[in-house]
Amino acid sequence: MSNEASMHTDTSVSVPVEVHHHEEHAHHHHHESFITKYVFSQDHKMISKQFLITGMFWGIVGGLMSVLFRLQLGYPDESFPWLQDLLGKWWFENGHLTAQAYYALVTTHGTVLVFFVLTAGLSGTFANLLIPLQVGARDMASPFLNMLSYWFFFTASIVMLSSIFVSTGPFSGGWTAYPPLSALHDASPGSQHGMDLWIIAMAIFVVSSLLGGLNYIVTILNMRTKGMSMTRLPLTMWALFFTAVLGVLSFPVLLSGLILLIFDRNFGTSFYLSDIFVSSTNTALPNEGGNAVLFQHLFWFLGHPEVYIILLPALGMVSDIISVHARKPIFGYMAMVASLFAIAILSFLVWAHHMFVSGLNPFLGSIFVLLTLLIAVPSAVKVFNWLTTLWRGNIRFPPSMLFAIGFVSLFISGGLTGIWLGNSALDIHLHDTYFVIAHFHIVMGVASMFGMFAGIYQWFPKMFGRYLNNTLGYIHFWVTIAGAYLIFWPMHYEGLAGMPRRYYDYSTWISFNQFGDLNRFISTVAMIVFSAQLLFLFNFFYSIFKGRKLTTPNPWQANTLEWTTPIHAGHGNWPGEIPEVHRWAYDYGKDGRDFIPQDVPIGKDESLH
Amino acid sequence: MSMFFTIAVIVLVFLIIFQIAKASEYVSVIKGEEKSRKEQNRVNGFFMIAFLIAGLIGVYYCNKALYPDTLLAHDAASTQGDKVDSMLRLTLVITGIVFFITQILLFWFSYKYQETDKRKAYYIAHNNKLELIWTVVPAVALTALIVFGLKNWFAFTGPAPKDALQIEITGKQFGWIFRYPGADQTFGKKYYKLIDDANHNDLGQDWNDSKNFDDIIVQANMYCVVNRPVNLRIFSRDVIHDVGLSAFRLKQDAVPGTPTSLWFTPKYTTKEMKEKLGNPDFQYEISCDQMCGNGHYSMRGVIEVVTQEEYDVWLAQQKPNYYAAFPDKDPANKKSTQPAATDSTKTTAAVKADTTKQKM
Repeated sequence: MSNEASMHTDTSVSVPVEVHHHEEHAHHHHHESFITKYVFSQDHKMISKQFLITGMFWGIVGGLMSVLFRLQLGYPDESFPWLQDLLGKWWFENGHLTAQAYYALVTTHGTVLVFFVLTAGLSGTFANLLIPLQVGARDMASPFLNMLSYWFFFTASIVMLSSIFVSTGPFSGGWTAYPPLSALHDASPGSQHGMDLWIIAMAIFVVSSLLGGLNYIVTILNMRTKGMSMTRLPLTMWALFFTAVLGVLSFPVLLSGLILLIFDRNFGTSFYLSDIFVSSTNTALPNEGGNAVLFQHLFWFLGHPEVYIILLPALGMVSDIISVHARKPIFGYMAMVASLFAIAILSFLVWAHHMFVSGLNPFLGSIFVLLTLLIAVPSAVKVFNWLTTLWRGNIRFPPSMLFAIGFVSLFISGGLTGIWLGNSALDIHLHDTYFVIAHFHIVMGVASMFGMFAGIYQWFPKMFGRYLNNTLGYIHFWVTIAGAYLIFWPMHYEGLAGMPRRYYDYSTWISFNQFGDLNRFISTVAMIVFSAQLLFLFNFFYSIFKGRKLTTPNPWQANTLEWTTPIHAGHGNWPGEIPEVHRWAYDYGKDGRDFIPQDVPIGKDESLH
Repeated sequence: MSMFFTIAVIVLVFLIIFQIAKASEYVSVIKGEEKSRKEQNRVNGFFMIAFLIAGLIGVYYCNKALYPDTLLAHDAASTQGDKVDSMLRLTLVITGIVFFITQILLFWFSYKYQETDKRKAYYIAHNNKLELIWTVVPAVALTALIVFGLKNWFAFTGPAPKDALQIEITGKQFGWIFRYPGADQTFGKKYYKLIDDANHNDLGQDWNDSKNFDDIIVQANMYCVVNRPVNLRIFSRDVIHDVGLSAFRLKQDAVPGTPTSLWFTPKYTTKEMKEKLGNPDFQYEISCDQMCGNGHYSMRGVIEVVTQEEYDVWLAQQKPNYYAAFPDKDPANKKSTQPAATDSTKTTAAVKADTTKQKM
């Protein structure tokens, strides 16, 4: 299983075999210029930082967008002339956010959070950082494709960003981009050039995700160090492996759907279009025979695995973080792997549960009810296994552990409401209401964000050789978890009143205008929670340069291989030989020893687990 | 001015937090890593249990404050809605039990098993029996929910009763158009290329089809009869919309080119609901629940549920759309004949079976 041979043939990686001082290794590398070290780097560790910081940029942009549209929802009658001065007339008119801008913000918020932050920012960061380090490889299977993966993501980001500045505005038909709304230039201003740019950005993003995903799969399968059998992989590796497989199998389907959409938009085809009369231009379109629901199938065939692409890395990292800080092995390792596997398989078989009321054949819908609710079983197994891991542990609470526990709490809360929505007979009432908003923000949005934060707090020392400030981390955690519940918990009640999502203004509705005070409350909390993220942002960038320095390469006393590298590991990760693995990653508290790293050989009188 | 003041305060708060954070880091360096870690553990361990208790109290108060504003506070306005509500309650009980057990264990364990020198972590890697239990128990509970759910689902989506009132509803940016089949109880043919708003042909009715001559078109409010099933044939003129009937607990997308349908039986008239809820402004609203453009939030329709007598009176006042398109054909404009609308009232109750067929 050693990958030494393959690595030596790769000229881009220098393997400093002659090094003896582990801490002093950087100068052994071939002349690295600023460009090759920080910009077009092929070092997976640098690429992971690029993914993370780009993801954080989008997190702030997407978060700010939500603050803006929450202002409209919470304070529909208030005027904000200073925002109009700041953003201009297209966004604000008479001090009020325009409906056009509101829908543009909602759409872009969804798109960038789902794809750029929680896909690229989360699995891009941690797959890059952790896969070579935890399987014991000097870099990814193809460092070059890995670099391309980032730069495709970067290009997608630029295109998406540019769409915000076109005169007709960015796409504003919701992140799911259902045609005909997304296909007809005249159906909405946002469906003009903004939509073309949106599609191009997404297509480039798919390429990025495929290049990354193939690399992750190959690296995990082929480049594990000696002794690192699949069943000795940390759960993070399993999770990232399944994530990559899901991405490789489902993103191309989205791409095909988008290509058909481009044809319908610009070249007169009728894949999704039929029987349409556009009121704004007073014309009947020639397209007949297309099916709008086809796009929904293609979209959700990616769209549902996508939510697990977002969630799985968090499931994996949280498992490892909980085990490390509870000082106990993860409970039921094989069951955890099996449940990840089951979730990965089932995630491909549930997509139509987003379409129960789309005109889908009711019998087909019933099959998807069955398969959807089935996914609750492996999810329940995971929760109980985490709980048992905490049970009789000796728990430490660095910020990463707090976020991991917070993740479990949110995963439970949001997962349980999935059982409501997955049942078509309830979805027929709750579909597209705030109940859905509450459900997926808690289980996929905030929970995965918590997984990401847990990962950042856990591996920041590995990335930068310094600690994040703990106190700021604690404030960040407690404000965020309390705020997340205060924002999203009451939304369930709005949903149970049938309050539809994606409404610019509720005041004219007799059925939904009873929640004015609540909306104001939610918006206020949202702004506070957003400020707490700025605190984290400050902590992050400040600590890169001024944080407390690491004095030991293994600050959390963890077993996995990344902590056997020097504090500032160069390209190639280990100055000497790649360590050999002799055990699984979870020997905590075994035979009275606090922890036994994976590269420690099995002792003579050691008990078997 | 107040804005600058707010920003100044926020910056100041940030600075203070930062100074505290920095200071506490120095303190922990002086104290030593292990000692400060244990202190932080105690604080966060306490917060864990405090968060649990505050959270449970919060759940209680949130429910107390918001439950009356939800639809569950009153019974549903349709017989289908009653089934939805009973399923909501069952699901709430099952998921609620799991919610409380797991959240309490999570935060309680975190508090109870925080690091101490007195205890060593208990080495346990797995236990097949336990794992089997928490695989099988959720599976059984979910099976119950699936069976219950699908039974209702097939009831909701099954064919409408034969005596159902047939109404066609068409969404467009941004409003609803309703069509009643008129005296012959049959909808006339329509074709989207015939749509002509200027000449009273919003749906593209084919005037060569005589079945269209008595079809009635209503733009604002849809009328239906209490305790009589309504079968909605759902169309869209442009993009995807959704007929959202929150009071009846149902919804269904309107897809251009793909007709859909939805049926329900209203239990209370609009008037009865006003009294029941003590809200004189109450109306059965149709909300568009599928993003359809910048006017999505304003795409409102109203359903008037009335008694059969009131419905008959209302229907008698409606003129077929044919006469709006061709005023010269309107008998009211010719003095000799009777108003055509009178004929349609007589035959409303006698519904032919063939009209229930779900065809374009």
